[in-house]
Amino acid sequence: MSPRAKTKLEPSKTPPGQLRNFCIIAHIDHGKSTLADRMLQLTGVVDDRSMRAQYLDRMDIERERGITIKSQAVRMPWDVGGEIFALNMIDTPGHVDFTYEVSRSLAACEGAVLLVDAAQGIEAQTLANLYLAMENNLTIIPVLNKIDLPAAQPDKYAEELANLIGGDPADCLRVSGKTGIGVGELLDKIVATVPAPTGNPNAPARAMIFDSVYDSYRGVVTYVRMIDGSLSPREKIQMMSTRALHELLEIGVSSPEPEPTQGLGVGEVGYLITGVKDVRQSKVGDTVTTFNKPATEALIGYSEPLPMVFSGVYPIDGSDYPDLREALDKLKLSDAALVYEPETSVALGFGFRCGFLGLLHLEIVTERLEREFGLELIATAPSVVYEVTMDDGKEITVTNPSEFPGGKIRKVLEPMVRSTILAPKDYVGTIMDLCQTRRGVMIDMQYLGEDRVQLRYTLPLAEIVFDFFDQLKSKTQGYASLDYEEAGLAEGDLVKVDLLLQGEQVDAFSAIVHKDKAYAYGVMITGKLRELIPRQQFEVPIQAAIGARIIARESIRAVRKDVLAKCYGGDISRKRKLLEKQKEGKKRMKMVGRVEVPQEAFIAALSSDGEKKGEKKSK
Amino acid sequence: MAGPLPDGDQAPADGLFSNTEIQGHESRTFHAYVHIPFCKDICGYCDFNTYTATQLGTLKQSDYARSLISEISLSAEVLAKSGVAPRKFTTVFFGGGTPSLLPAEDLIEILNALSDQFGFVEGAEITTEANPDTVTVEKFTKLRKAGFNRVSIGMQSAVPSVLKTLERTHNPDNVANAFQIVRDLGFGTSLDLIFGAPGETIDQWRDSLEAAIALSPDHLSAYSLIVEPGTKLARQINSKELVDVDEDLQAEKYELTEALLAEAGYGWYEISNWSKSEALQSNHNLAYWLGQDWWGYGPGAHSHLGSVRWWNQKHPLTYSKKLESFVSPAAGREQLSEQTAALERVLLESRTSSGMSISDLVALEPAAGKKVPGLIVDGLIQGEQAIKGQLVLTVKGRLLADAVVRILTD
Repeated sequence: MSPRAKTKLEPSKTPPGQLRNFCIIAHIDHGKSTLADRMLQLTGVVDDRSMRAQYLDRMDIERERGITIKSQAVRMPWDVGGEIFALNMIDTPGHVDFTYEVSRSLAACEGAVLLVDAAQGIEAQTLANLYLAMENNLTIIPVLNKIDLPAAQPDKYAEELANLIGGDPADCLRVSGKTGIGVGELLDKIVATVPAPTGNPNAPARAMIFDSVYDSYRGVVTYVRMIDGSLSPREKIQMMSTRALHELLEIGVSSPEPEPTQGLGVGEVGYLITGVKDVRQSKVGDTVTTFNKPATEALIGYSEPLPMVFSGVYPIDGSDYPDLREALDKLKLSDAALVYEPETSVALGFGFRCGFLGLLHLEIVTERLEREFGLELIATAPSVVYEVTMDDGKEITVTNPSEFPGGKIRKVLEPMVRSTILAPKDYVGTIMDLCQTRRGVMIDMQYLGEDRVQLRYTLPLAEIVFDFFDQLKSKTQGYASLDYEEAGLAEGDLVKVDLLLQGEQVDAFSAIVHKDKAYAYGVMITGKLRELIPRQQFEVPIQAAIGARIIARESIRAVRKDVLAKCYGGDISRKRKLLEKQKEGKKRMKMVGRVEVPQEAFIAALSSDGEKKGEKKSK
Repeated sequence: MAGPLPDGDQAPADGLFSNTEIQGHESRTFHAYVHIPFCKDICGYCDFNTYTATQLGTLKQSDYARSLISEISLSAEVLAKSGVAPRKFTTVFFGGGTPSLLPAEDLIEILNALSDQFGFVEGAEITTEANPDTVTVEKFTKLRKAGFNRVSIGMQSAVPSVLKTLERTHNPDNVANAFQIVRDLGFGTSLDLIFGAPGETIDQWRDSLEAAIALSPDHLSAYSLIVEPGTKLARQINSKELVDVDEDLQAEKYELTEALLAEAGYGWYEISNWSKSEALQSNHNLAYWLGQDWWGYGPGAHSHLGSVRWWNQKHPLTYSKKLESFVSPAAGREQLSEQTAALERVLLESRTSSGMSISDLVALEPAAGKKVPGLIVDGLIQGEQAIKGQLVLTVKGRLLADAVVRILTD
């Protein structure tokens, strides 16, 4: 292994030949952040004293969940045979919801470390990102991590990796991010195999934005990779998509703390600060050039990430609505993909209809709202966007089931996804059953190794957003992994099921479901509510209906007795306090017509992960 | 095992009251409750402040009358010093525990102390509770002579298996004997019943009711069993040794009670109380519901005077020790705000057959007026009475009285 570099190369003056830009592709939990920690330590950019676990994961949620949400770049010096190199490690988000960001990160690199848990093998998400890396012509360095684990089977998975990307199983490096074994060799190999960036140092500057992060002190911090030319401090820069001009207040590299530099040269990776306050003004994928000597052609075109999943987000305490608005406005600064607009619900009051890239994105946003802004929220069951064409040709886009039109409908289009599921071969039958019940159509199935199978299915996104992943995990004892990508729209035989409490429609419980499943949904939701809503002084019928047709019916019997027999020895205080307590409890009830529905009933009936959330909080 | 005392402010050692605290007493009648915290055995469902001989520590039952008499003297002194004009007692009620466990002489001595310190109004209602096993001609002749004029017998049920579940040890055959004795001695009579013991069927309850009606008491109380936390009964239900109380069945039993008692000529005057005529209603019981003033003597007893409620030290030993050192045995106090007093008034008065004046109600809770029509439609209050200006519960409303109060005071 090479020694730690004694000097660093100065940014902006580093010849491209001494640069190596790489990223790490890994599945959640396969140890990417821990490996990155060891690299930071080994190269000496973070001293042992200030080292903390998962140094690069800045958000609490990232560190707690062990996943990376926003990517970041770190510059590390490394000495190979007396020659000093500057390695730029670009940390990529690992999750499918952030595929767009991943692909931008990959475009900033020449090489990718494919990191796989030596006890678990490759997973579906990693596969997706690997395909992306190969599409970008990145040099792939296969690495097996966690070889210190007793359950590690490096030989088996080296074979699997070799089958997948070609080459010899022996080329597969074996490391442990935990103990540091093999990490130095990996850095050597990066220098040896990842190509140095190429680009025209004299051409007009073109820098690709691969990440844009909001910092409450400094405004938006934009991470770029110089493709051509160079940028220097105090220069006037221009965003090529919007033609917007900005003053370059600071330019520098992360190492891993921000270090201002004299600029960025061709092939280098660093950050820009312009004083803008909103990440939408500095979009991932956009090209930065200079005002004085502008480039004429932008890099790969920018496309806005589209929200795929929608959910109504409501404060539990109605008076928190303004706070929720403010919190969303703030989050939006750092999360360009988040969209929202005000919405009202008879049952839940004032809130917002929010659009997300996927389920994890939804979960992360609601959790950040709760944690960083101290809000208590209800998120309604996630839904997707439907394109409805009426008989008269009128077209309506539905993002909220309660907006689903009545009247004659010619057709309904729903978003589809192409999903890839990897699992041990024993679970193939179970997975096929699950996909079948979720209206899936198989594309193909192939064996990855002796006992692992890849299944590809086209599925309606709506079938995935509810609890597909949970079901998949539980039916395969956690062995299956899932990835999916958009696959356009398809016509579906869909209907809206409404829920009526004592004859009054409760918008929050409306759902758009496939005709064949409407009855089952109606029975499920009426049954669930019968358990969740306490008995009232009168009988409460609960009905599920498609239009005027009732498809399921339950009823909550009237409570017959609600009185204390006597006051012991004249202890009126005790009785009064009991009553006051009951009245307090009533304040947490939402009124639907005359029916008192406890907040908890809404949460339990609406949120797909109500229980999971509870567990997390109790930890 | 008695339930906890309420949270409140510390009561002062001298037990005196401020002018604010006594406010409102002038227009009220005055009543005495005397608590006798002794039982031979503790019943599984019982949450009252009562003790068996072995639970009393160094305290002797025979010394207990002395402590009570000390509190009686103290009460007269405290009231006088606090500026409350002397009032005679309108009613006196000896409850427990088992008052009849004390010798007649002790009970009489206590009654005399009350009489000496305060006096009784003409025709005062003076009741003692009695366990059917402890009623003898000799004892009750003495009590009658000393001024007791009403006896409430703890019958609870006529069905042996139900009594066993309740852990009532008395012999059901003794109820009729005891009843005969007190009636013959000229006492006013009342029977206490409990419905809803785990496993009690509706027919068993009907048997109990019919047995009680057959004795033709002046007055009847029928209490729905409440499983109080911390009792042996609660543990037995938790461990599934006994089935839980079914509140729907309880409602049915209550409706049966109302039907059978009405047929036998008893009229309800409070949710759990019925009497043969208006004159035979228990004035003591009504005093609680009508918010009169009363002094509760004995450990754990609750009192109400003016705009203050207070309660005594719970354990008889602590209680006695305080009195021995001439310190007020009160443990905590609660000054009622206008708002809590209003809530209590609605809570208490609405339980009675005379109900609450709607104009008074609206004066206390302005929003309540709008709720009245809905309560009539739902069959919870009597429409004709409402038109006449009184809020009176229907049978259905009596079963949902707490819900009605929540609606009215929301």
